[in-house]
Amino acid sequence: MATTDLFGGAVITTKVKEVIAWGRKYSLWPMAYATACCGIEFMGTVSSYFDISRFGAEFVRFTPRQADLLIVLGTINYKQAPILKRIYDQMCEPKWVISAGACASSGGFYNNYSVVQGIDELIPVDVYVPGCPPRPEAILNAVIKVQEKIDRQAKEKAA
Amino acid sequence: MKSDSSEKMVLNIGPSHPATHGALRFYVELDGETITKASTEIGYLHRAFEKHSEVSTWSQVIPYTDRLNYCSSMMNNVGYCMAVEKLLAITIPERAQYIRVIVSELSRIMDHLICVGTSAVDLGALSNFWYFFNVREKIYDFTEKICGARLTTSYTRIGGVMRDLSPDFSEGIRKVLKDLDRAIGDVTRLLERNKIFMDRTQGVGVISKEDAISWGFTGPCLRATGVPYDLRRAEPYYHYDEFDFEIPVGTAGDTYDRLILRIEEMRQSSKIVIQALDRLPEGPVMVDDPRISLPPKDKVYGSIEGLMNHFMLLTDGIKPPKGEIYSATEAANGELGFYIISDGGPRPYRIHVRGPCFPLASAYAQLIEGKMIADAVAVLGSLNIVVGELDR
Amino acid sequence: MILEKLQEKFGSEILETDGDVAVIIKKDRCRETLRFLKEDPDFLFEMLMDLCGVDYLPMGLKPRFEVVYHLYSLTHNHRLRIRVKVSEEDMSLSTVTDLWKTADWFEREAAEMFGFRFEGHPNPKKLLLFEGFEGHPLRKDYPIEQRQKIPVPEVKPT
Repeated sequence: MATTDLFGGAVITTKVKEVIAWGRKYSLWPMAYATACCGIEFMGTVSSYFDISRFGAEFVRFTPRQADLLIVLGTINYKQAPILKRIYDQMCEPKWVISAGACASSGGFYNNYSVVQGIDELIPVDVYVPGCPPRPEAILNAVIKVQEKIDRQAKEKAA
Repeated sequence: MKSDSSEKMVLNIGPSHPATHGALRFYVELDGETITKASTEIGYLHRAFEKHSEVSTWSQVIPYTDRLNYCSSMMNNVGYCMAVEKLLAITIPERAQYIRVIVSELSRIMDHLICVGTSAVDLGALSNFWYFFNVREKIYDFTEKICGARLTTSYTRIGGVMRDLSPDFSEGIRKVLKDLDRAIGDVTRLLERNKIFMDRTQGVGVISKEDAISWGFTGPCLRATGVPYDLRRAEPYYHYDEFDFEIPVGTAGDTYDRLILRIEEMRQSSKIVIQALDRLPEGPVMVDDPRISLPPKDKVYGSIEGLMNHFMLLTDGIKPPKGEIYSATEAANGELGFYIISDGGPRPYRIHVRGPCFPLASAYAQLIEGKMIADAVAVLGSLNIVVGELDR
Repeated sequence: MILEKLQEKFGSEILETDGDVAVIIKKDRCRETLRFLKEDPDFLFEMLMDLCGVDYLPMGLKPRFEVVYHLYSLTHNHRLRIRVKVSEEDMSLSTVTDLWKTADWFEREAAEMFGFRFEGHPNPKKLLLFEGFEGHPLRKDYPIEQRQKIPVPEVKPT
């Protein structure tokens, strides 16, 4: 974005793709797919101490059709895996996925007959958050990284 | 319009749903809005705790127990360590016992805060969630100081607790309990005599005493039907018989009783915490037995015996004698039982967890038959199903 | 005290006792023993707290399996553990769902984890494991990291 001298600097010129990216990143609508303990930390993230709505991600929608950010929180096992895939397929493009917590990123310390060792075996992931459970600040950091990624993708496409 | 009332709709309230707290699934057969048949399906968070406990050492099982009932993780730690200490036939120091009482009651308060907060959200009352979550964040500050983690604590060890309380714990918790009182006052004023809340929860999900006993209910859901069974009174452990507290007992066995009873239990728990803080004796927090507790660091680095002791304890581990035990504590949802079999080796032979949510979830299908879908959501919130404990 | 009365009524079934705490019985009349324990006024075990299975393969015990019932009485405030020996060749037991409703799910879980068959169970389906899971995970000869064969849908060419 570049300011000009028109109207005393009140006009900014930019590219369409960057404006769209600016709109997308500051109004991410998360869908929290909370299965286990990390879900309680997500409840902490949306509570008034670590407000997630100051990053624009205020409306936590529990329906995938209206969301564009899927935050997977908690262990996914083989019984749950087809459901996660179906939820991911129901979301409309463009969509981003945050895999929050050790269990979602790599299975955590559960290496057994029943747990999927990381959700990237099922769906493409944009940001991984370590921690068991990750602190709310770490989940907010992941949201910020998704915002930076949206910006980068827009600049690459615009260039 | 042709009305075909002979067809019933089968609705799947699936594992990803805002009203199911965690990954539960139930199928309901609907006639209009009324549920004619229901069935529950679980297993979406089965993480093989019992199998993992057979391949880990006795101390390595403690982090796995945290994640059973993740809303009140310190109670699971206390329950497991109590069972192993009974197998070893040791008593832990007095200070450790009082500390365990304090953290258990704080965990009970935390669990009830989530249960009542999220149940109210399901019914549409959103502000209570914020009031209660702020208190939970304040308690998190203190759990972070004593064990380093907010949620999955692994605070107790076999033979005592990991670390002593921080110096500002006593005063700080007293302030937090005053905030808790204020929050409970706010929420009670909003909910207890609220016509909408009462209409939606009174007479909904009623279960009789005999049915509750046959279904294996324990904890607040059993006490709401009128049975005054609490393990802290029936089989007291850790000086619970010396504390002055009441067991709230309901009458109707419906959703309203279950939720209001939990709020009253929070008040009683905060009374117990203050009494325990007043009576906290000085002393060590780990039992002084070289087969069980790690030696102090200066001995580990300074003498060869300390080094060898440390090494053997960390590689070989604690070895309880051959035997079996069933030990139960009063967790936030009911009786949390651990059935442990030891073969004298460094790893448990078999651990079975009797989670209090398991019988509650199995009775859920009976509780909602004949009611409407909106009632099904209200009943599920009041049962406080924590799926980590259900599926293990 | 509990055990004397139990011994005079069901003496032939009892294999071993462990103080007042646990009783090991044979499989044949275990349902009648449990019904007696629930209804007799001296015992009155109204609550079935827990039901689980145990596999004794590494210890080399025969019979290999056990089903363990934990009973609790609200009126008398006492507990009892009943261990029923089950051999690998014949893993069928009679259900106690009509005595205590809570046995329904506990039995389903024990059946899928070890392979018991509870005769007369109203709904003997898998509870915690997914449909199509092969094997019984909590047996001692099932390694923890053994993965199942996951059905992969066919990809149709577009």
